[in-house]
Amino acid sequence: MANSHNPDMTPGLTNAYDPGEHPDWPAPSSVKGPVHWIKTNLFGSVTNTLLTLLAIYLLYKIIPALVQWFFVDAAYTGASRKECEAQAGGACWAFIGSRLQLFIYGFYPEVQRWRVNLSVVLLAAALVPILFDQVPQRGKWLIYSALYPFIAAWLLVGGIGGLEYVPTDKFGGLMLNVVIGVTGIAFSLPIGICLALGRQSHLPILRIVCVAFIEFIRGVPLITLLFVAAVMLSYFVPPGTNFDLLVRMLIMVTLFASGYMAEVIRGGLQAIPKGQYEAADSMGLKYWQSMRLIVLPQALKISIPGIVNTFIALYKDTTLVIVIGRLDILGIGRSSLADSKWQGLSTEVYVFVAVFFFISCFLMSRYSLYLEKKLHTGH
Amino acid sequence: MLKRASFAVAAVAAVSIASGAQAGTLDDVKARGILHCIVNTGLPGFSFTDANGRWSGFDADMCRSVAAAVLGDGEKVKFIPATGKTRFTLLNSKEGDVIFRNTTWTFVRDVDVKLTFIHTTYYDGQGFIIRKSKGVKSAKELDGATVCIQTGTTTELNLADFFRANKIKYTPVPIEDSSEARKNYLADRCDAYTTDASGLAATRATFEKPSDHVILPEIISKEPLGPVVRHGDNQWEDIVRWAVFALIQAEESGVTAANADQMAKSPPNPDVARLLGAEGDLGSMLGLDKAWALRAIKAQGNYGEIFERNVGPKTPIGLERGLNALYTNGGLQYAPPFR
Amino acid sequence: MLLKLWRNKETRSVIIQIVTIALLFAFFAYIINNAVLNLQALGKTFSFDFLKEPASYDINQALIEYTSRSSHARAMLVGILNTALVAVCGIVTATVVGFLLGVIRLSSNWLAARLVYVFIEFTRNVPVLLHILLIHGIIVHFLPLPKQAINVADALFLSNRGVYAPRPEFLDGFVYTTVAFVVAVIGAVLFRRWAKKVQEATGKIYPVFSICLGVVVVLPLVVFLLSGSPLTWEMPKMGRFNLQGGVVMLPEFLALWLALSLYTSAFISEIVRSGIMAISKGQWEAAGALGIRRNRTLQLVIIPQALRVIIPPLASQYLNLTKNSSLAIAIGYMDIVATIGGITLMQTGKEMETMIIVLLIYLSFSLVISAFMNWYNKRIALVER
Repeated sequence: MANSHNPDMTPGLTNAYDPGEHPDWPAPSSVKGPVHWIKTNLFGSVTNTLLTLLAIYLLYKIIPALVQWFFVDAAYTGASRKECEAQAGGACWAFIGSRLQLFIYGFYPEVQRWRVNLSVVLLAAALVPILFDQVPQRGKWLIYSALYPFIAAWLLVGGIGGLEYVPTDKFGGLMLNVVIGVTGIAFSLPIGICLALGRQSHLPILRIVCVAFIEFIRGVPLITLLFVAAVMLSYFVPPGTNFDLLVRMLIMVTLFASGYMAEVIRGGLQAIPKGQYEAADSMGLKYWQSMRLIVLPQALKISIPGIVNTFIALYKDTTLVIVIGRLDILGIGRSSLADSKWQGLSTEVYVFVAVFFFISCFLMSRYSLYLEKKLHTGH
Repeated sequence: MLKRASFAVAAVAAVSIASGAQAGTLDDVKARGILHCIVNTGLPGFSFTDANGRWSGFDADMCRSVAAAVLGDGEKVKFIPATGKTRFTLLNSKEGDVIFRNTTWTFVRDVDVKLTFIHTTYYDGQGFIIRKSKGVKSAKELDGATVCIQTGTTTELNLADFFRANKIKYTPVPIEDSSEARKNYLADRCDAYTTDASGLAATRATFEKPSDHVILPEIISKEPLGPVVRHGDNQWEDIVRWAVFALIQAEESGVTAANADQMAKSPPNPDVARLLGAEGDLGSMLGLDKAWALRAIKAQGNYGEIFERNVGPKTPIGLERGLNALYTNGGLQYAPPFR
Repeated sequence: MLLKLWRNKETRSVIIQIVTIALLFAFFAYIINNAVLNLQALGKTFSFDFLKEPASYDINQALIEYTSRSSHARAMLVGILNTALVAVCGIVTATVVGFLLGVIRLSSNWLAARLVYVFIEFTRNVPVLLHILLIHGIIVHFLPLPKQAINVADALFLSNRGVYAPRPEFLDGFVYTTVAFVVAVIGAVLFRRWAKKVQEATGKIYPVFSICLGVVVVLPLVVFLLSGSPLTWEMPKMGRFNLQGGVVMLPEFLALWLALSLYTSAFISEIVRSGIMAISKGQWEAAGALGIRRNRTLQLVIIPQALRVIIPPLASQYLNLTKNSSLAIAIGYMDIVATIGGITLMQTGKEMETMIIVLLIYLSFSLVISAFMNWYNKRIALVER
């Protein structure tokens, strides 16, 4: 190998260096530099060249058209589709702009929207101790995180303690997606842990029950569960009682998420070396003590990337509430299209929502990748 | 805990069986202070949210009249938008107290699905709309056409029967709600769109160029549309029924939103006096007060006013009274006597 | 006494299990009791008799004979077949596209790998429902009307009413071609076995693949031509409203199929990529040292090993695709949810019964897929010695 740092090497002995590595000479273009890079990475073989040409052709076809539609020909102002079209032939972002509040808050009363904003801030605060393990007073902070869903529920619904009551059918838009996603994950975590432990249990009946539940949940589509929430669940409560559709939906979504959560945590539990269980036993710890103090903290830590991935999947699935008539961000977009002033702009709506989901999910998946890498080096 | 709960269940069940069914919708509504009304997710003229997010239309206004009769305020209504598919479930799960969602009265729905139909507030029939450029004059020429339908409605059953009877082939495109159906029709995904003739007129009114589209002459079904309540709660059924009749009677007697108060003070005849609570006490028989009908009429006007304002000839929807005129004008709207 | 029993590990586990069963029974008894009372209060009955009654609605895509006079049970069957159709088509396409993308992503071609990476990230981070709606919107809004249908070599006609293709019509003599095809396939299988035996005994390698392919293609073709080409194509023709005749793929099916395939292929490609990366570099180098070409290495050394890593997550992707096909309802594809769980539910008012049927059908779909994938997984795991 080349050793350019050796001080004994004289510049005359050029053949002591690999081609292109000599400190005093520029590398020949055949082994280094952009030309060489292009040759090996883009035109290395016949297939490679064909692939490159195909890729370039696709880029040439797609990128200019996309930029044209997205930015160049796009209309940002206007009060109707006609006004948009009068300006340019591209996307009509004015439509999205005019409904942005609706997209975010749904039908939540305008004067009360600070409550939504506040609960987002509180959510961020609740996430800190979960995402970073180096914060001071983490234990106490985590208690707050566990209480957060209830605080947020009170804040959003109100009715007690001076807050005006906002019926849950006013929830909509992005807010609904986040409410469903966060609730689903927050409550599915404890249920998922119990199910995962149950599945690992030595007690056959407990194990069968947990396995049956997990496999049932994972075997049916979420929308059928949502239909159950919408149509069937009210048959199973005592006659004369009735509870909110949003609550029923949240129950089904939580059960759905806990089926997947259980499998993620089971993966974490299985990754814990057997020695850890045995060490805990030999210390004389009872089952719950060993779980709480030794096994679960480690298993959960390993499971965090999986939990984040489950959350991403759930968050994407929250768009399905549209099939039972609740208007989330996608539903708001679709129902806005019924406005005769803006008819026929479905592409704009779908692209807007798609880009929004892409950005948020992509960032989250990057974060989970980062965690995975961090955990990897820990071993 | 469990035992007590199931005991309570048994008790509730015993009570409900004794009284015929789950009674007390009126008490529920009064306790809640708000009427839950199941409406269409968006059908111009009948029930839709206007630019300010307020529900308006024929069905929505009828709903407000009932709320005014029961709760004293026509604005105390929560509108629950429902697709054709979810409406009965929403009613049976007690999410809604009444359906005002152009629902067709049929035998199976009345008897087997256990619904109670109140009265036909709008006599309708199923028709077709198609682009003029397709050059179709009659529905019988639709052989090989693609037809958009709203699923979960009687229209898809009528459609199947009609084409079968006429031995015509077609491709149905089932769609969940009317705005989606309209979008598909406009994109020319379907040659024709079929629904109740009133719905067709309402839909056509929202098109950029309504004159490019024609409603075919065939009416292939009878569609008596009206409000629906749950089976078994006779008191609630009576309230909704007579609130609707009050609106029709008001039109017949010439009581309008504007002159109702004055008419109540000095009723021109005993009929109006009984209707508006100046004489007798019909309201208390329903479990309401004397002025129930007066409030219902004042809230949104009488039947004719509601019709004219939302779907009448002067609106973009432009529907004639036709079968829905009072019987005195050759129509079918007829309220039994208030006595 | 009780405390003592509780302290004992054996008895404690028995107690816990008995309590579990008791609670479970109590729970089910409670909700069933509620359901019975609720149904009674509404005056409804719980029965599946409605399945025998005529469905009286039409379905635009039926793989079996179906009219509006057929029963609800038959409508359900049509729905099941439609779900199965889109699931099978989706799984096949998603697998092929996914493997392709996964391999390109690992290729040394920087540009192609980047492009695929962007595609994968975009596809999998957007909800599948959006993909379905977007593709459906594009087909319906941007493809031409049937009159101006895009004609692809007289074989495909693209329009916003769907993609039409000629329908093959088999004449009398086609039986011979079918027989020839079956014979050829059997022959090919036998030849392959024989060649393998020969290879194990003597080390002699026949070009099995090309010979088999040749036999399977050539023999039926010759018979087909000799018997006088007993096959015609029924071309789609423009009727008054639509193209008539031929085979049609409705926009709803197309949108669902494409969206599910693309969405799932993005996940599959990542699974394939990590599966291939999980094989240690030494395997590549060893194969290289034996003088095996890169393509052959991938085919003979890497993929068989990678499959073991790939199969379990692949199985769950297949399950996901099948479950996601239930989103058909958003665009009106007549699958299980739209037939029995949609129109039938609506027309009969049998919420409980129809929802139970739908859940059971999906459960059995899931069980079938996971059973098959488990079987396949075991089969390839046996290769390991």
